[in-house]
Amino acid sequence: MQRVGVFVCWCGSNIAGTVDVEAVSEALKNEPGVVFSTNYQYMCSQAGQDMIKEAVKEHNLTGIVVCSCSPRMHEATFRKTAAAAGLNPYMVEIANIREQCSWVHKDIPTGTEKAIILGKAAVAKVNLNTPLTPGESPVTKRALVIGGGIAGIQTALDIADAGFPVDIVEKKPTIGGKMAQLDKTFPTLDCAACILTPKMVDVAQNENIRIFSYSEVSEIKGFVGNFDVTIKKNARFVKEDICTGCGACVEKCPMKRVPNEFNLGMDNRSAIYIPFAQAVPKVATIDPNSCNMLKNGKCGLCAKVCAAGAIDYTQKDEYINEKYGAIVVATGFNPISMDKFDEFSYNQSKDVITSLEFERLTNAAGPTAGHLERPSDGKSPKTIVFVQCVGSRCDACAEKGKEYCSKICCMYTAKHAMLVRDKYPDTEVYVFYIDVRTPGKNFDEFYRRAVEEYGVKYVKGMVGKVTPEGDKLKVQASDLIEGKQLHIDADLVVLAAAIEPDKSARPLATMLTASMDTNDFFTEAHPKLRPVESPTAGVFLSGACQGPKDIPETVSQAGAAASKVIGLLAKDKLTGNPCVAHSNELMCNGCSSCERVCPYGAITYEDKEFRMPDRTTKIRRVAKVNPAVCQGCGACTVACPSGAMDLNGFASNQIMAEVDAICK
Amino acid sequence: MENNKYLREEIIRESGVNPKKCMKCGKCSATCPAYDEMEYHPHQFVSMVESGDIMPLLNSESLYKCLSCFACIERCPRGVEPAKLVEAVRLSAIRKQGENRMTANDVPALLDEEIPQQLLVSAFRKYSK
Repeated sequence: MQRVGVFVCWCGSNIAGTVDVEAVSEALKNEPGVVFSTNYQYMCSQAGQDMIKEAVKEHNLTGIVVCSCSPRMHEATFRKTAAAAGLNPYMVEIANIREQCSWVHKDIPTGTEKAIILGKAAVAKVNLNTPLTPGESPVTKRALVIGGGIAGIQTALDIADAGFPVDIVEKKPTIGGKMAQLDKTFPTLDCAACILTPKMVDVAQNENIRIFSYSEVSEIKGFVGNFDVTIKKNARFVKEDICTGCGACVEKCPMKRVPNEFNLGMDNRSAIYIPFAQAVPKVATIDPNSCNMLKNGKCGLCAKVCAAGAIDYTQKDEYINEKYGAIVVATGFNPISMDKFDEFSYNQSKDVITSLEFERLTNAAGPTAGHLERPSDGKSPKTIVFVQCVGSRCDACAEKGKEYCSKICCMYTAKHAMLVRDKYPDTEVYVFYIDVRTPGKNFDEFYRRAVEEYGVKYVKGMVGKVTPEGDKLKVQASDLIEGKQLHIDADLVVLAAAIEPDKSARPLATMLTASMDTNDFFTEAHPKLRPVESPTAGVFLSGACQGPKDIPETVSQAGAAASKVIGLLAKDKLTGNPCVAHSNELMCNGCSSCERVCPYGAITYEDKEFRMPDRTTKIRRVAKVNPAVCQGCGACTVACPSGAMDLNGFASNQIMAEVDAICK
Repeated sequence: MENNKYLREEIIRESGVNPKKCMKCGKCSATCPAYDEMEYHPHQFVSMVESGDIMPLLNSESLYKCLSCFACIERCPRGVEPAKLVEAVRLSAIRKQGENRMTANDVPALLDEEIPQQLLVSAFRKYSK
């Protein structure tokens, strides 16, 4: 039999205002196992904790019930108190008589009655508590960053800076991501490449960082501290360690009419290519879908001109196995497809472009060498219409678009409009907006400058339709302030397309057993207090894979994710949570129900030999829980049809005892 | 005021439209081909129904200028369906005794080889009890 002590907290007037704490401690005195019961103003204060410690010694307590606030607040505090008094910390139970009682009830009799019932349930549970000891597992001191955009780059640099080795896996031939495609960055208007490429070079030169470009993660096994990852290195048909990036092959390649992804298809590249001048690694890649040599064995020019002899047409995909202690997801975003937005004639006219395409059109390294020219005829546009919120903030039931605000569009549109007016002052620039959302340091000032100093015409209203007519784009739109319908003959229409997570995120989340929201953004462990951690232990989030973000925010989140990774890798051993599931092998019938419901992939099956009563042996398939991966959610205990699964600290008999105590 | 509240609820119920979903972007009015003909525009219908300001709408010619082309329904990013509100207000106007906008007697005068018959049929449906 346990010797239980009950400690009822007043929480100032938070609890004592609606609950007669004296009556609660008095009533709980008579519960089975209770040898001591008291109440105090602030149980979590030093004096309150000392009171618990003394009572443990004086009354030889083996279990403690604290009737106080939510266990999310002070369970850890009271566990430490118990440990300091020589008890196993898992012999403490909390009855939540604040959030679940005093805060939700108005009159004292009801509040008191419920507090007593909750206290009885906790006493009934603690009577069945057993001391628990957390397990330990080792930590592989190496991190994996998936995605080589600015988020992945910053995370990798910060982790490497702390002295831990990091691998970056990037599916494109070069790191750099979306930021490498941008022209200028708001709100300071420094050129994106000027601030990004030094970081890319840092990554290349850092001894702690390895880059797997043109590669994908194909399999992830294991758990926090001990991930086992298979990386698929796609064949680029060029020996990475030999290629000098001189570009002779690119020049000589006769297959020059392949749409250039880096410039969003607005110009062409050759079949063997280096995405851009500052690519890291600066290595050529052969596109197997357009290379004549790979398709029908004719050509081979690049191999002939390569002085280093780096071309290898027989290269195969390579699989690399590596162990990691932590994984950072930095898979980034893409603008959504404009196919469903017929009203803007994106597919009808070359002069209706997305904002990312506009970035390339104004970039000195872009298809027009930075001169703003219409994609259709190369003329310089005299009237430009920017449309905001294309596909953002749509109804959840709508067939097209996203429900969320894409967050970055207001600022980059202000930037585009400002840059156009600055470089080509005789251009008329309209921005159609629903709301201008510019929270951020120096952001609203930036937008106001576009209006006041650069004379960008901001119109409150939406564009209804764009019709190509001759060499003009007829724009029909609302001006809600002036109460007019506007008809503008534009030369160029720029759509601020909503952004969505990269398509690779969903299969990756499945591999990681990390959770996602309905928009395929990764979910954080807590939206406010744990914003860079996934609920899956050892998996961290960086950048736009978690939600729309601009560069400053991405970089700060990348640093935060890195610090979490460093905190993890700095440990030699990880202490687990002992409240995990375990399977009773004698009762398990090997049905796999628990394996299917486990959101963390903690359950595996093994064939085990059992000695039968007649002294023969029999091999049976039984469930096995990996305590380092299990998060103690309890889904398996409910799914198990034979009652073999149970959860430490929340055993079925403990839960039933609580229910019995409440219903008594 | 009481009357207005009743009217508002009736129109919202009959149209099945929830005007609270509107984010006031004005895309409905931006897309409306009859904009210049109308006194109250699609986005104003949504806003005025929501605030219960329905009498001016009931007495407005705008009810009969709406082409029922449903472009506003098609384009609305929030799925508000303004044309359905216009329809509900129009029904509420012509349902009153003696308030048929168009009777069978008006039809012969409108017959014209250029006008598709379907147009007359739908006008008759829209403008009379």
